[in-house]
Amino acid sequence: MKDWRYWLAEQRGTLLAFGIFIVMFTIYTSNHPAGFTANVVQTASNKGVLLAFVAMAQTLVVITAGIDLSVGMIFLLTNCLASWLVVGTGIETAFGVVAVLGTGLLCGAINGAIVIYGRLQPIVTTIATGAVYYGIALLLRPFPGGSVNEDLADALTGRLFGVVPASLVVLLAVVLVVWVPFSRSVLGRAAYAAGSSEMAAYMSGVPIRRGKFAAYALAGLLAAIGGLFLTFFTYTGEAAYASGNAYTLFSIAAVVLGGVSLFGGKGSAIGAIFGALAFRTIGDLLFVFDFDPLWQPLFQGVILLIAVSLGAFALFRVRNRLEWFL
Amino acid sequence: MSEPITGGIAGRMPKFIRRADPAVLTAFACIVLLLFVGSLYSRSFLSPEYLLQQLKVASFLGVIATGMMLVILLGQIDLSVPWSVAAGAMMACAAAAYGPVGVALAIPFGIFCGVAIGIVNGIGVAYLRIPSMIITLATNAVAQGLMVVYTGGFSPQDSATRAMRDLATGFAIPGVPNAVIIWALIGAAMVFVLTRTGFGRTVYGIGNRERAAYLSGIDTRRVVLIAFAASGGLSAFGGVLLAGYASKAAQSMGDAYLLPSIAAVVLGGTSILGGRGSYLGTVAGVILITLLQSILSVMQMPEAGRQIIYGVVIVAMLLLYGRAPASR
Repeated sequence: MKDWRYWLAEQRGTLLAFGIFIVMFTIYTSNHPAGFTANVVQTASNKGVLLAFVAMAQTLVVITAGIDLSVGMIFLLTNCLASWLVVGTGIETAFGVVAVLGTGLLCGAINGAIVIYGRLQPIVTTIATGAVYYGIALLLRPFPGGSVNEDLADALTGRLFGVVPASLVVLLAVVLVVWVPFSRSVLGRAAYAAGSSEMAAYMSGVPIRRGKFAAYALAGLLAAIGGLFLTFFTYTGEAAYASGNAYTLFSIAAVVLGGVSLFGGKGSAIGAIFGALAFRTIGDLLFVFDFDPLWQPLFQGVILLIAVSLGAFALFRVRNRLEWFL
Repeated sequence: MSEPITGGIAGRMPKFIRRADPAVLTAFACIVLLLFVGSLYSRSFLSPEYLLQQLKVASFLGVIATGMMLVILLGQIDLSVPWSVAAGAMMACAAAAYGPVGVALAIPFGIFCGVAIGIVNGIGVAYLRIPSMIITLATNAVAQGLMVVYTGGFSPQDSATRAMRDLATGFAIPGVPNAVIIWALIGAAMVFVLTRTGFGRTVYGIGNRERAAYLSGIDTRRVVLIAFAASGGLSAFGGVLLAGYASKAAQSMGDAYLLPSIAAVVLGGTSILGGRGSYLGTVAGVILITLLQSILSVMQMPEAGRQIIYGVVIVAMLLLYGRAPASR
């Protein structure tokens, strides 16, 4: 096989997600009353980027064969925190942003420490820590409110040179600064190896614990970037339980659509980003086709159900029935 | 906390204590501790009326946690509890609006809706081999979507039938709330199934190693399907009881039951990896959680503080005795 065919096989999930996104976005814009204008793209990307950050966070953990059901709550917590801290002069704002991102990193690190060094199951651990993070968010913002440095918010949610949505540029920057170095580092390799086969990775002397810990911690950081952006869009902080749960759920849907294997070891955050953008676009299709918004939760749930059921096609390739029970 | 019991004096302890799981004993010790702390706060905390009231409140969680336990024993998890509960409650109330036949069929219909959700979960997990936490999250979202479409986004106006209210709040035997009797019956059935039937042994077997169970000739997929259907049905029945208690169904009434039901099962010493655990432990876990909730509300702890304490207590208890063995 040629090199490019290996590359194609490796990136199949990502390319498929990219394809789904392009098709859906074309349908969306061609039926949108305003058509394919900079405004429509800006609104769509602002909404999509929020889920994209949370989905990236989920990807990092899913790659290690874990799951983080607290991403939505970290997202809420950092949103509430940002509505207190990211205000005032330039220096204060910068300090606030660093503090918010640091909080996200800390939340992720706590998850990682409990799962890896405490040897607890990721599902139960992150449900429990998610409750704690939600509680803290509710302490910070018992009622929706707060404010944010609006110059910064408008700059990051507006358009560069009047054309390119700034949020997409930030997303690209985060991919280049966080995801690319991580996935190419020893720690990133270790995270993939741990998800693929933890025992084999351990036997080969791969630093699986550090790799997994880095994945969980960075997941917290990415969720915090998402929370920061939510604050930039809404100018407020709100501890809405349903919204946190929805983001956790949608992040899993986005990850699956993006070709990341829930059994770990396979997929990339780039795929998850396109998965997230595709999922958002599909959800918004209802609006351009003038459906009752009441149908949206059902529609998104059905898409999620179909997306997770697609993985079942792998069963047809199983020759030995015992492989069902891995 | 359980060290002295399993130590030197263990030989002189009655057999049932020696055989007991340290986790279950820890849970019961925590219950005693909570009762003690509660009695410091308020004199009436130890009065029979108050304790009976707590038991009644616990029985709703107990019914839901019974289903959750069955699934956790298989090494799976059911995250569709919130909207199974709500769907059971809403559909039972909805059926009540259709004349006398509807009123008669309200409770079975509510349970049937939960079983239907459970069957979708079971097919996904057992036959399509989708990880249970994923498929149950997805069916939860679909159930939510269906209920939102049905109710128009508001809490439904239909109210619970008389039978539902009687089940949840009545007293068939003087002094003993019906809800407690129902929990006791369901609990007894669960203990019988788990310890005295082939199905129960199979559940433990699958939880330990599904491959081995399959190789010994058991149709493991059917057992998993039945367990998920039972879990959905029990969640919905819990919802029916809750609707009877509040005399109507509400949006997101089930959200408050996901974490507590998992916590009750896990705090009761059932391994989250499956294959190990006793129903007695789940009973202890349910009572423990209910008392904790009650004390927090007596202390007028706001919702935020309660969430934080829940999370911390669950992680702390799990770190005490729920850890996976060190790999290698």
